Amino acid sequence: MSKANQSIRLVDTSLRDGSHAVSHQFTTREIATVAAGLDKAGVPFIEVSHGDGLGGSSINYGRSRLTDEEMLSAASAAINRGSLTVLLIPGIGTQEDLEMALNCGAKAVRVATHVTEADIAEQHIGLAKKMGMTAFGFLMMVHMRPPEVVVEQAKLFESYGADAVYLADSAGAMLPEDVRARVGAVVNALSIPVGYHAHANLGLAIANSLAAVESGASFLDGTCRGIGAGAGNAQLEVLIGVLEKAGYRTDVDFFAVMDVAEDIVGPLMHRPQEIRNASLILGYSGVYSSFLLHTYRAAEKYRLNPRDILIELGRREMVGGQEDMIISVAYELSQQREVSKNEAGYSDARSGHGKV
Amino acid sequence: MDKIKVAILGPGNIGSDLMYKIMRSRRLKMEMMAGIVDSPGIRRAKSLGIRTTTDGIRPILDDPQIRIVFDSTGAKPHMEHAPLLEQAGKVAVDLTPAAIGPYVVPAVNIDDLADAPNLNMVTCGGQATVPIVHAIHRVAGARYAEIVACISSKSAGPGTRQNIDEFTRTTARALCVVGGAKRGKAIIILNPADPPLLMTDTVFVEVENPDEKAIRESVEDMLAAIQKYVPGYRLRVPPVIEENKVTTIIEVEGAGDFLPKYAGNLDIMTAAAAGVGEAIAARMQGR
Repeated sequence: MSKANQSIRLVDTSLRDGSHAVSHQFTTREIATVAAGLDKAGVPFIEVSHGDGLGGSSINYGRSRLTDEEMLSAASAAINRGSLTVLLIPGIGTQEDLEMALNCGAKAVRVATHVTEADIAEQHIGLAKKMGMTAFGFLMMVHMRPPEVVVEQAKLFESYGADAVYLADSAGAMLPEDVRARVGAVVNALSIPVGYHAHANLGLAIANSLAAVESGASFLDGTCRGIGAGAGNAQLEVLIGVLEKAGYRTDVDFFAVMDVAEDIVGPLMHRPQEIRNASLILGYSGVYSSFLLHTYRAAEKYRLNPRDILIELGRREMVGGQEDMIISVAYELSQQREVSKNEAGYSDARSGHGKV
Repeated sequence: MDKIKVAILGPGNIGSDLMYKIMRSRRLKMEMMAGIVDSPGIRRAKSLGIRTTTDGIRPILDDPQIRIVFDSTGAKPHMEHAPLLEQAGKVAVDLTPAAIGPYVVPAVNIDDLADAPNLNMVTCGGQATVPIVHAIHRVAGARYAEIVACISSKSAGPGTRQNIDEFTRTTARALCVVGGAKRGKAIIILNPADPPLLMTDTVFVEVENPDEKAIRESVEDMLAAIQKYVPGYRLRVPPVIEENKVTTIIEVEGAGDFLPKYAGNLDIMTAAAAGVGEAIAARMQGR
């Protein structure tokens, strides 16, 4: 098969996954400018939501500066060609939220569940299709289960009427061989397109995205400058350059996306999207990427090393959305430290925890 | 004094677990288990010497001695059962999402509702978190309550899975209506870790008056009240106060009557339902 004929559809999630990196504080002006730039560049799907999807604004995940309606209306007014896309995580967002998003101009939805829980999304996929939206199934944390389980869950999404199924490496924990095994198995088993969503915690976001398309994926996610949870996502402008060099078509204007990244997204970032120790541990231990900033805050409050909290969360097999368990683990580690201090008469703040 | 005779409609997992709890009750007599087909639940009840029927609600309606009926079938069947039970003068304790009658959380509002003909058990997350919200609200004034319920995947049945929005909607409403919060939000997470995790609930409350001592004492009192009917209900993180935000984390270990211990979410439903039944029975017995 000649790659020149292979077209890769891109979803930009700077304004959704990127929302984590700015603690959900995007302004309407920022949303409108980024969305307009991406739309002019020809990006077909532009995802805009709180990082945890519709209804995500909360104490647990962080409150948004804007309501969902305000975010979506700002983006919708700026988009002419592409599809305004939203994320919906059943258990957090509801069907009412999806109806609201449609009224605000959303054309596509990604309904996301943990890799083993696709059956909680049947109603939401059904409603999206009934309302005429493009519906993606989105399996999160796919590193936690072997290919056969991922296939079985992806098939559920296909049976509910999803237009495509995404495999998300939400913890940025997979190696290229893990991506090939899962994406390849799902591509073989399904008759609908398959997508892949990367995180850069192990420095493999672009390499893994390439491995995914080589295994038959035809949708990829990226964000400008890599802005996103944890160490960020596959950097969209890099991804487009790499795909072009590898001989794939994206139908997106490479230079125009580079300009959005450099001139618009770069200046609004709160910090450089680099791999620091805590995000490296997310990938290494397989912990949901959006736990990062919440973990920094808990580590400060309870005077702990973020790494110890993250390793414990990984050991307990916490899944996406369990940000509250960061508080639980931090509290428990701080209590253990008090106990060991009292027992040993030893006051090093770093003792008594961090067992790997 | 004679025990009050009760029946269970719906011999599934919830109905079976509830049956064991009722069999231990000092006030309730497990009189009949009703289903519509022969099933393991019917056979289980029969083997324990309990009257059973596969003719649905009719034999219950025909027995005037049955005073309280627990319905663990489904929302649609309960819609049909509710008026029949009321006409027959029987109190219905509704464990389905039908929610025809008011929400009841025994540790909070059973005394206000003991005369209602039909009581709804909210959701497992509601039974676990509304009491904490109420405990904080009664001393500190709850402006906003938000809960995150995590249950093990194995303990989430098809009913919950096919209508997960019903959980978030009903629970959020109960945080306000029963818990007292001005606004409420509920989130549910299913976690497939193996061995399965205990049910864990995080309760965030934004309050008017963050009096730490009063909040901690009120929560401790509430804990003792809940532990009377759910012994495995524990504080994992006692109320932590930051400015006007109170964070409390609880976990629920099931009694392991019929359902496994990790299914604290189901145990708290059946335990609370049995608790409601006992309170109603106490009033019927005049004490």
